[in-house]
Amino acid sequence: MVWTKLLRTNKIGLIGLAVILINILVALMAPWVATHDPLKINISKQFAPPSKEYLFGADEYGRDIFSRVIYGTRYSLYISVLSVLISCIFGVIFGAIAGYYGEWADEIIMRFMDAVMSLPGILLCIGIMAVLGPNLHNVVIALGFVYIPRFARIVRGSVLSLRQKEFVEASIAMGNSDLIILLRHILPNCTAPLIVTASTTLAYVILAEASLSFLGLGTPPPAPSWGNILSEARDFMLQNPWMAVFPGVAISLLVLGFNLFGDALRDLLDPRLR
Amino acid sequence: MNDILLNLINLETVFQTRNGVAKAVNGVSFHIRKGEIVGVVGESGSGKSVTALSILRLVPAPGRVISGKILFHEEDLLQLPMAKMRQIRGDRISMIFQEPMTSLNPALIIEDQLIEALVTHRKISRSEARNRAIEMLRLVEISTPEKRIKDYPHHLSGGMRQRVMIAEALLLNPDLLLADEPTTALDVTIQAQILDVMYKLTQEMGTAVMLITHNLGLVAESAKRVEVMYAGKVVEEGPVADIFGNPSHPYTKGLLKSIPVPGQINGEGDQKLYEMKGIIPSLFKLPTGCTFHPRCPEMKSICNQEHPPLCTVSPGHQVLCWHHS
Repeated sequence: MVWTKLLRTNKIGLIGLAVILINILVALMAPWVATHDPLKINISKQFAPPSKEYLFGADEYGRDIFSRVIYGTRYSLYISVLSVLISCIFGVIFGAIAGYYGEWADEIIMRFMDAVMSLPGILLCIGIMAVLGPNLHNVVIALGFVYIPRFARIVRGSVLSLRQKEFVEASIAMGNSDLIILLRHILPNCTAPLIVTASTTLAYVILAEASLSFLGLGTPPPAPSWGNILSEARDFMLQNPWMAVFPGVAISLLVLGFNLFGDALRDLLDPRLR
Repeated sequence: MNDILLNLINLETVFQTRNGVAKAVNGVSFHIRKGEIVGVVGESGSGKSVTALSILRLVPAPGRVISGKILFHEEDLLQLPMAKMRQIRGDRISMIFQEPMTSLNPALIIEDQLIEALVTHRKISRSEARNRAIEMLRLVEISTPEKRIKDYPHHLSGGMRQRVMIAEALLLNPDLLLADEPTTALDVTIQAQILDVMYKLTQEMGTAVMLITHNLGLVAESAKRVEVMYAGKVVEEGPVADIFGNPSHPYTKGLLKSIPVPGQINGEGDQKLYEMKGIIPSLFKLPTGCTFHPRCPEMKSICNQEHPPLCTVSPGHQVLCWHHS
């Protein structure tokens, strides 16, 4: 029902959805879409400009940038989806407890969330990565942790307002336990704001992952994550700008896709909540 | 004495707020016998709903029951541990709320909400619970309940939703049903149907009903006894016939005179619809003496000095007023 409405009313959101779907498809089909092995070094082709064989050119080791960008989609989507999942799960748990029980549970949880939020996300990630060490899954953990407060706050707000609803009161009056009330009556009614937050957070996480890799604290090279490709291109920016342009465009496109889609979802789902 | 199901003794519920203490329920005592329908009437803010919520121990946050007893089957509900209380809610005592449009969870189909209580309290299988739920929907006169049970609340009209609420409340055959203005939010034409269904079922099942309303017509038609509440106190109680035939508290008299009769509203003099002076007092600062004295047309000098005594007009008919001492 929501999807057909999206199709009919929101062309821009549809473009966002298309961009996301194309990216997912590319990530799944990477071995077939890519023209070269993304890790294959070929010094004779060093800094080759874009051509028929090397669509986006080659980097300083002669690796095909097109293939690297294609494989990079896998890293970006894998990291962003997984870490948003982590933030979402923990955010929902903390937010639900804070909103439902209130009082001291609320104070402790939300002041901790405030503390996490008071630090700039990237800075906190850098700190966590420095402690955990650069590794693909540590990136997921660091990013997942940093974005927990976003979800916790959204869920807490929804739970606070839903708690006052008569159907929740009716359910308490029917003798249901707190767990049943939370899981069956409150959380299902929080899904709309959660979906919206998730889609916009995905965009943030993609950017944050690229920034971390760019700073050398993300996915360790030679893995072709977009941030890594960009980071390696930095030194040759003036002579061979295409090395930086293509991964940059890929990042911007996917982030734009998630943002457009998130905005469309918000427009679509919010009025129903009122 | 043994057929008394619920006995409220001097119940006091207050709301502690930044502006002071609001005495929502201020020493209420009354009882409900097994299978009996008792009407509780009064203006908005007279403490009717808070009394009902106090019985289920569901008074919202700043509110608290500070004294009194709620004897249900001779057991004080206020002393029960929370787990025990939860077993009573929905099973032995259930409640119907005023607003059917928001009393059902918009994210769940009817079936899930109905069988939830059955599964919680009776530990029976889902399919068995579903059959019971369908049977119950048929009893509240919902057509094709097998289909309706798969509907979401927004597919149903207000009257249908209130029927579903009644079905849910009576599903476990409770001893007591607290009906908090069950028809206020409904169309007048639907009101009678909903009440008919509710009375028929509760009579068949032997469920006692505490009918909270400000509609005296409803009470006259169905209840056996009436409690008239004003500013957190029961000011008059008695059998329906006595309350309507021989109203003894000035407030009850005023309420009865305020019922419009067709053709009367635009009349002159005696024909004009009676209007009670003033508004219900602030619960933060109740008047001294009888709480009704500032609005009372029959006020005596003693009324603003001392609390009135509870006087017996006739067996079972009591009134809280100086005029009868």
